Amino acid sequence: MEDRSNEAWQEALRGEGAERDRALEDLRRVIERRLPGALRRHGDVPSALVADVAQLTLVRVLERLRDFEGRSRFTTWVLAIAAREAMTELRRARWKDVSLDALLDEGGRAPIESADAGAAPSSIPAPEAATLKRQVLAQLARAMEQDLTERQRTVLQAELAGMPQEEIGRRLGISRNAIYKTAHDARRKLRAALTEAGVAGDDIAQAFA
Amino acid sequence: MSLSKEQLETLARIVDATRDDEIDCDTCLRDLGQYAEVTLAGRALDEALGRVRAHLAFCPECEEEFALLEALMDESGD
Repeated sequence: MEDRSNEAWQEALRGEGAERDRALEDLRRVIERRLPGALRRHGDVPSALVADVAQLTLVRVLERLRDFEGRSRFTTWVLAIAAREAMTELRRARWKDVSLDALLDEGGRAPIESADAGAAPSSIPAPEAATLKRQVLAQLARAMEQDLTERQRTVLQAELAGMPQEEIGRRLGISRNAIYKTAHDARRKLRAALTEAGVAGDDIAQAFA
Repeated sequence: MSLSKEQLETLARIVDATRDDEIDCDTCLRDLGQYAEVTLAGRALDEALGRVRAHLAFCPECEEEFALLEALMDESGD
């Protein structure tokens, strides 16, 4: 079954009838046999989850069949999709009781405007480095407030609080990919703001070495 | 809106490492199988796979999924 060529997998899955059903069952078997062992480090994995992930993977494989360009073995490409589906399910369960508002309103954090960037370093840096660090963080805090949209701030802050992108996306009603793009645009804006303020990449590397 | 000092420092590092030509998660997923096979074989990464590596350094979710893919490839399918 796994020894089908890439072309044979694609042909079978593009078709209809018994050949397609056999190919799907072969893929399901591959996923269901490998997943429990591969997920061992994530704790006990219910067999229902394994079955759900296998089913979701097969749906995605059929949806994305055109994306497969033959640059890996077909089964490796399928296993990459299974890995995404499995982690998505695990993250959903892990974060199901956490609201975005609660995460962002979590107390005990200094407001951006008053973040004491230079206080209490774990090892005492040279005065110049401490000053540089303070400048970088002050500019960054200012740019977060002034240069980003509300959505960009929300996404970055949720990411920094540890919430996975797809969980942020689920709460905002947009895809994980859209979250990544939002965060990327935000990071580019912040980088441009730092450059405009005279903070070069070397300064950041030096300040946080 | 509030960020801790540690979060601001983390943000400074990731802003510094930000590249204009980063790929997104869906593009990473499309190429992840090839990336896994190439790295497993110890072969050199081409430009496209170099972007996958850069994305994995930025994206904890895709990095976690890559780790699971490696584990899946290690498991016997028999």
